[in-house]
This record gives sequence, structure tokens and C-alpha cells, in this order.
Amino acid sequence: MNPLTNPVGVSHFLLVGAVLFVTGVVCMATKRNTLGVLMGIELVLNGANVNFVAFGSSYLREQSLGLDGQFIALFVIVLAAAEAAVALAIALNFYNNHATIDVDKADELKG
Amino acid sequence: MLLWGAINWHSFFFLLFSLIACAAAMGVLFSGNVVRMAAHLIVSLAATAGLFFLAGAEFVGVMQIMIYVGGTLVLLIFGVMLTAQATFVSMKTRAGEWVVAAIVGGTLFFLLAQAAFSVDQWRTPRADQADLAAGVSKSSAPLGLGLLGVRVDKLDQTDDRIRGGMSGYLLPFEIVSMHLLVVLIGAAYLARSKKRAAVGQG
Repeated sequence: MNPLTNPVGVSHFLLVGAVLFVTGVVCMATKRNTLGVLMGIELVLNGANVNFVAFGSSYLREQSLGLDGQFIALFVIVLAAAEAAVALAIALNFYNNHATIDVDKADELKG
Repeated sequence: MLLWGAINWHSFFFLLFSLIACAAAMGVLFSGNVVRMAAHLIVSLAATAGLFFLAGAEFVGVMQIMIYVGGTLVLLIFGVMLTAQATFVSMKTRAGEWVVAAIVGGTLFFLLAQAAFSVDQWRTPRADQADLAAGVSKSSAPLGLGLLGVRVDKLDQTDDRIRGGMSGYLLPFEIVSMHLLVVLIGAAYLARSKKRAAVGQG
């Protein structure tokens, strides 16, 4: 099928959401900088948001969830802002106490 | 040769925004420099806001730009600037970790992509998609009323099972408001300067 002439469905949005989610997960797993891990979390939340909005969109399928998808997406955005604020405060505290931002160095609680 | 008039512009812009979003997300993943990662993340989040516009969620798209790109990313960039020492700007990941992450990520993506195309109703687009945009009145009033606990969009829902589950979001809205307030106070307390605390004790 030609992607330029055929209309898009929910599946196409889900595919984009999957790409964003997977890059976020791999980002969280591979980055050594604490802020890089945080950016991975933002990507994951964003990929989930794409799915919520796609399921709630009445443009893409006839039996859509309605506005609930948009509500949940809004709550996710607000919670992501709160999470970023706390995680950044923790990262700055870690940097002040240990003079490093490398997550591999945060191993004091190792058994 | 594609005729100019045959192009479905909704699909065209969907393709454009999704390619930008995915390419910028890959840029976040593969660039080693943390400042470049932040710049790529801004592009990815803004392109996702474009996807929200295309799905008919204008308010969510605007909030995405205002809160994510305008707020969260500024916080992250402050974090990058406050910790930007030469040794931390660019940190290399070991090759073994890349291999493990590629296996995990590839498997997860395979699973998610297969799930995305597994349901017939998700795969087939709406037939009357082109006529829809003109007929729907665009307003954020149903969203605002929903956050106050009144669902005026219930009248449009044809599926009885979904209509039964549609409820107002007043309590979650209050909870998330208090949560945001507490979290911001807590973050300001956590990130305060240690020297001033020591002076206060002495």
C-alpha cells in the first residue's frame, strides 16, 4: 500500500508509539549519564501517550474511546513534569555529594 | 508517478511528523553528547505534538508543547548545564551493554509492532475520514468540563458499554494538582544548597 494515498489507522500511531517506547527503554538501559536515563523515561512516557491519544481519536476508528484517552494523556504529561522535577533534584543532590553524574558510581547500597 | 491531487495530506503529515519523531528519538539514543541528546529530545517531543494534532487532540498537543517542551525540557537543560563538566558531557557505553540493549529492544519492538497490527479494527482506517474534519466542531470545553466531573461527550458515545464507563475526572484532577504542588515543594527542598543549611545549623 502507498503510505501517501491511503488513510492512516490506529495501528500506524501504535507503531510510532512502539518506536518511541523502545528507544526510550534502550536509552534507559545504555546511558551512563543520569540525565540521559531521565530523557529515556520522557521518551517512554511520550510513546505511551501516543497510544492513548490514538485510541481516543474518533478520526482513526469509529468505536473510539472518546475523550478518556485525551484525559489520561493530560494526566501523564503532568505526572511526567512532576517526575522530572523530583528526579532532577535527586540527580543534583547526587552530583553535589559525589561529584559525579555517572549512574554506575551510585553503588553505595550494594550488598 | 504520483498525482499531486491523489495525495492524502493527513497521511502525508502523519508520515512527516512520525519520521521526525522517530529519527529524533534515535538521535537521543545514539548521540553520546548529553547536550545534543537534549536538543534531539526537544525535536522528538514537538513532532509528537504534531501527531496529537493529527489525531484530533489539539488541546493535548498544545499542552505537550507548553509543559513538555516549555517546562520539562528547560528543567532537563538546567540539569545538563549544572552538571556539565568535560568528563560527564560525553560518556561512552561499553559494547557489551549495547549488544544486550539491542537484543532486549529488538525483541520488545517486534512484540509491540506485532500487537499493533494484530487487531482488525485498529488496522483498517475509518472510511469517511476525509469528511470528518469539517463536521466536528473544535472546542476544549468537553475536556474542561470532564476535569470538573461533567462528561458532556457522553451524548455522542454510541457504544453502551463504553458509555457506562465514562466518568468525570474531578478527583484525579484534584489529586494530580496536590501531587504537583507537593512534588515541586519537595524538589525545591531536595535541591537546596547544602552550604546554607550548614550555616543555619552553626
